Amino acid sequence: MTAAASPLAGYNFAYLDEQTKRMIRRAILKAVAVPGYQVPFGSREMPLPYGWGTGGIQVTASIIGRDDVLKVIDQGADDTTNAVSIRQFFARTAGVATTEHTPDASIIQTRHRIPETPLSDDQILVYQVPIPEPLRWIEPRETETRKMHALAEYGVMHVKLYEDIARFGQINTSYNYPVLVNHRYLMAPSPIPKFDNPKMNRMRALQLFGAGREKRIYAVPPFTRVESLDFEDYPFEVQHWDHVCALCGAADSYLDEVITDDHGGRMFICSDSDYCAGRRERGHVGPQETVRFGSDAAE
Amino acid sequence: MYVAVKGGERAIRNAHALLDAERRGDPSTPALSLEQISEQFALAVDRVMTEGSIYDRELAALALKQARGDQVEAIFLLRAYRTTLPRLAVSEPIDTGSMRIQRRVSATYKDLPGGQVLGPTFDYTHRLLDFDLADPEAAPAPVESAENHADSLDGNVPRVIDILNHEGLIEEEEPDDPDRPVGDLTRQPLDFPAERDVRLQNLARGDEGFLLALGYSTQRGFGSTHPFAGEIRVGEVAVEIVPEELGFAIDIGDIQVTECQMINQFKGSATEAPKFTRGYGLTFGHCERKAMAMSLVDRALRAREFDEPVQAPARDEEFVLYHTDNVEASGFVQHLKLPHYVDFQGELGTVRHLRAEARRRKTEENES
Repeated sequence: MTAAASPLAGYNFAYLDEQTKRMIRRAILKAVAVPGYQVPFGSREMPLPYGWGTGGIQVTASIIGRDDVLKVIDQGADDTTNAVSIRQFFARTAGVATTEHTPDASIIQTRHRIPETPLSDDQILVYQVPIPEPLRWIEPRETETRKMHALAEYGVMHVKLYEDIARFGQINTSYNYPVLVNHRYLMAPSPIPKFDNPKMNRMRALQLFGAGREKRIYAVPPFTRVESLDFEDYPFEVQHWDHVCALCGAADSYLDEVITDDHGGRMFICSDSDYCAGRRERGHVGPQETVRFGSDAAE
Repeated sequence: MYVAVKGGERAIRNAHALLDAERRGDPSTPALSLEQISEQFALAVDRVMTEGSIYDRELAALALKQARGDQVEAIFLLRAYRTTLPRLAVSEPIDTGSMRIQRRVSATYKDLPGGQVLGPTFDYTHRLLDFDLADPEAAPAPVESAENHADSLDGNVPRVIDILNHEGLIEEEEPDDPDRPVGDLTRQPLDFPAERDVRLQNLARGDEGFLLALGYSTQRGFGSTHPFAGEIRVGEVAVEIVPEELGFAIDIGDIQVTECQMINQFKGSATEAPKFTRGYGLTFGHCERKAMAMSLVDRALRAREFDEPVQAPARDEEFVLYHTDNVEASGFVQHLKLPHYVDFQGELGTVRHLRAEARRRKTEENES
């Protein structure tokens, strides 16, 4: 854990001015009150590019206090360049303590993953969201999709999933898999793998979603029902691997495929770097082996 | 044993150091001063100020220097800085009718009060590389000072649009209710249908290249508006604010702007006699191409108002207004280079599974 320090001179605590934070907190409160509903907000132009997590950064900046401990992950890992950059941004502008250890964090900002370690009541998970609208790939117009949400007219999404099954024998969405929140709003879980979807259901931690470029905030309050769309005869399924993590041997975590040579050699390792390191510290050892894929080898 | 890649922190630090060195270039070449950029790359500065939404030549020059001349990056720097600035006042509407004219051309009248003033324009230059400019000591031929032009105009330079207005040939444009707050996209998210104040703000901040292409598309028939360049004027106007404690307007300085009033045909409708309609463009500094493109797109976006079919891209406000901003566009396009290992892993699994399934089906077919 990196200890707290004094924040950057010349800027307000956590960069945003207090009026802007109040505006964002009002949007967050509304989002919590209407789970899964996308609340428009006056997103500010941040010193990091759109697409790098400006929505998540604004949400974190609005809720963070001096006593908070921040963890930032990208692809599940604390040491990916963008996670490092965002963690440094808050270490500089807010002087807050940071950690890589999931249970020690009070706020976890994430891109594309939910940590493997279950979260607790006193934690907040902040998602970076590129496209908040789950219906966007089906209907490009915001004026239309807002109407569809107002009328809870989600049949078109079921049709899309049905067409996948009819054509390919399975649903082809592997990430950003649509969910229904609190039996009412269809919601994009952000581009997390569908592997993580079940973790959202009745999660103990508050889940906040920030989309900076699209200027939307939404939320899933603790213990809220989050269902992944499916059919009775084609129930929702998560990814599974024929391998365990090569480093820690975990069989229950999302695995990244790392290319080790140019002859089809692969290693499968945990995408959640803290989870993997924790297991190894506790003495778990993986097979350390390279897996070989021939051309078009069936998995 | 395989060790997961670490060291993002050091890599970032080193990348920043490299960037600083590359920006400076060969240290034996003198470094650029902000004055040099602002004076000699004035049009680059003007574009950065316009799309960066701050009128400050020095900051725009600094942004260009920091961005190594990359305009969109410089615009981004200025926008991010702008977020941190307090709002002290909202100015009165600027009066371009009392502009100190540096350039003024009309394509609709051969001569008109105030006359045509070419000013500093590329329009009639022959685009031949001037090898004399390669010599840093080369000095331009002396010119009559700009003041002489302004004097000859006699301070009477009515807007062409106003001349048409006297005859009732062009739509009236009434000023907004001064008590209605003007929309501000940097504080409130875009909402549809968007009013014209918000649309014009969006276009003024919008990417010049995108607006140029959209404006061009209307000329080639995708939502034609039959435009005439009623007037293009470039010059300085006063900015006034009314401080609450004073209750009257005070002049806080002059800014250079480019204004384009496009005159467009309109056939009339069951309720309205035929008359001309307007498209409007305004930029900071001298950004003529942008102002003209903006006025074409502004007019195209008024399709709804004139009951014109919204088929062409330039007439579709949701399509246009959501995609003008180059800071947003550049960010989202370039975010694709951030890691997507996790999602890609999901897709790998799906494609492998689908291929296995297809092979299985084929084998079954062959066997049967």
